[in-house]
Amino acid sequence: METLSFRLSAPTRAGGTRMQAIVGVVASGNLEVLLERAAPADSCMIDITTAAHGFGAVWEAVVRDFVDRRPAGGLRISINDGGARPDTVALRLAQGVRKIEEPER
Amino acid sequence: MSDWGMQKAALGQRLAAGQQHAKGKVVPIPSLPAFLKAVIRSGDRVCLEGDNQKQADILASALANLDPHDVHDLHMVQSGVVLPAHLDMFDKGIARRLDFSYSGPQSARIARMLFGGKIELGAVHTYLELFARYFIDLTPNVALIAAVSADKDGNLYTGPNTEDTPTVVEATSYKNGLVVAQVTEIVDKVPRVDIPGDLVHFVVEAGRPFYVEPLFTRDPAAITETQILTAMLAIKGIYAPYGVRRLNHGIGFNTAAIELLLPTYGEKLGLKGKVCTHFALNPHPTMIPAIEAGWVDQIHCFGSEVGMEDYVAARSDVFFTGPDGSLRSNRAFCQTAGLYACDMFIGSTLQIDLEGHSSTVTTSRIAGFGGAPNMGSDPRGRRHPSEPWLKAGAEAAPDADAALRRGRKLVVQIGETFGERNAPLFVERLDALELARKVDLDLAPVMVYSDDVTHIVTEEGIANLLLCRNKDEREQAIRGVAGYTDIGRARDSKLVEKLRARGVIRRPEDLGIDPLDADRRLLAARSIKDLMLASGGLYRPPSRFRNW
Repeated sequence: METLSFRLSAPTRAGGTRMQAIVGVVASGNLEVLLERAAPADSCMIDITTAAHGFGAVWEAVVRDFVDRRPAGGLRISINDGGARPDTVALRLAQGVRKIEEPER
Repeated sequence: MSDWGMQKAALGQRLAAGQQHAKGKVVPIPSLPAFLKAVIRSGDRVCLEGDNQKQADILASALANLDPHDVHDLHMVQSGVVLPAHLDMFDKGIARRLDFSYSGPQSARIARMLFGGKIELGAVHTYLELFARYFIDLTPNVALIAAVSADKDGNLYTGPNTEDTPTVVEATSYKNGLVVAQVTEIVDKVPRVDIPGDLVHFVVEAGRPFYVEPLFTRDPAAITETQILTAMLAIKGIYAPYGVRRLNHGIGFNTAAIELLLPTYGEKLGLKGKVCTHFALNPHPTMIPAIEAGWVDQIHCFGSEVGMEDYVAARSDVFFTGPDGSLRSNRAFCQTAGLYACDMFIGSTLQIDLEGHSSTVTTSRIAGFGGAPNMGSDPRGRRHPSEPWLKAGAEAAPDADAALRRGRKLVVQIGETFGERNAPLFVERLDALELARKVDLDLAPVMVYSDDVTHIVTEEGIANLLLCRNKDEREQAIRGVAGYTDIGRARDSKLVEKLRARGVIRRPEDLGIDPLDADRRLLAARSIKDLMLASGGLYRPPSRFRNW
């Protein structure tokens, strides 16, 4: 297991009022993403536990693009990764942001 | 005076030798080894029918079990190297030289044997190219073929998997070669005559069907959201604007996703009747929902697909069928159709380099090409116009005189930026080059050359290479859809944005596609069982795909 942490400034605050959301599953080639509204509104904290070693530069590129493109301000995101491809990671992060924006049901 | 009948005389000798072990045309199974020893000469050029799908498996194991002291140094000329026996005969020294097209399940072993010098490789061909050489410089002395049934005169019924057989028999029998067929059973009257009996010299009753591989079945349950996204991009960004009606699909999951999105996403875009009406394609089970929804006018097939026989027979308005009701496939004709009468080929690959060359060869596997390089190439002999062909030609050469400008076939490579085990799709240098160096080949085994490929589709977007005006633009267009691979992260972001402004690169958002809409619920069938239900029970999936 490898752990990675990123503290990024996030220009846009995450929408909605939900306090947390979870998407994905821990499985080979997949990942679980927990989003909590527990960071300052202008930053995003991302902690990753991954089964795949040596992909730090790719993770950094993926999460930097994520906070640039999606409203992620105020979120603390925990990722439990089962060796997912970068495109799957980007998709799950985007899905997580959409889910935390949804009204509570 | 020269004797102009030497080949006929040699055939006469083979026939007489074989007759010692046969009753009429029928060779009993126990006599098969002695029969093969009698009719095959060391150094012969032999086509052991190994096709993309069906295999003359009984004849293959009998040939591989011969004593190399009796028969050796054969030159095998067959499209598919699929069964272990196909390579066992090289291990034993029965065969020495090989010319082929496709090696699928044997790809790792064939690579090891090439490195070990067990196989002397002629070339890796595309199907149509190997078939062409059967008539010029690789004509078989002996063809060992497979069919469903025969009558006592040797008339053969091949059933839905006709595949290569007519081509192999034409080249062998009319050039004084010997044709031996394995059949499941010998009957009084065959359901239809696929091969006339006077071209077939001997028949072996195997007592069981030939082996056939379900190569074109893709389980919808395994299709990922990213593959759905690439399929949405292809449909909205290529099929729709070019109006692609005549096409061929590869066998990967991306194109399976496209097939399953036609009745849902394609319908929503109003594309029914405007795209995907005519195919050169095997009967893919994932085509069932689109066919049932009335999308498809006509499909000509290279071969059949296990379990699709009854469905195809019940949809003769769409498929080519014989008077017996079952599918008539023909690989040579369908490859020709895919080359000349289709406006688009779209398929997956394993590696794409910075120029756009692509290859399915890795240093440890030589999978061969099958038909992809043929379908995935621009036919320079084409003369009939069509809307997509003319539009692509105009994009490539906007300033040329329209009446003198060649059109262009759309050759699309589609895939995710990272493949199995996180292997990057984009590379600085193809593994095929390393392989060519190691085995001392004149040509690296490239599947689609860069000057044929027109579009690359990944989850990051579409690169339209027709619109690139120089090498630098082309490289940045490829980097610009290469995602988080090393190639993608080393892009020149400014130039990539310029290319995007010109429409050379189109992102999902440029096409009005939200990646979050790439949902498995968009698939018209989400499992093999769904496909079976959509066919009204006519599709009978092989047991390995039944998980309910």
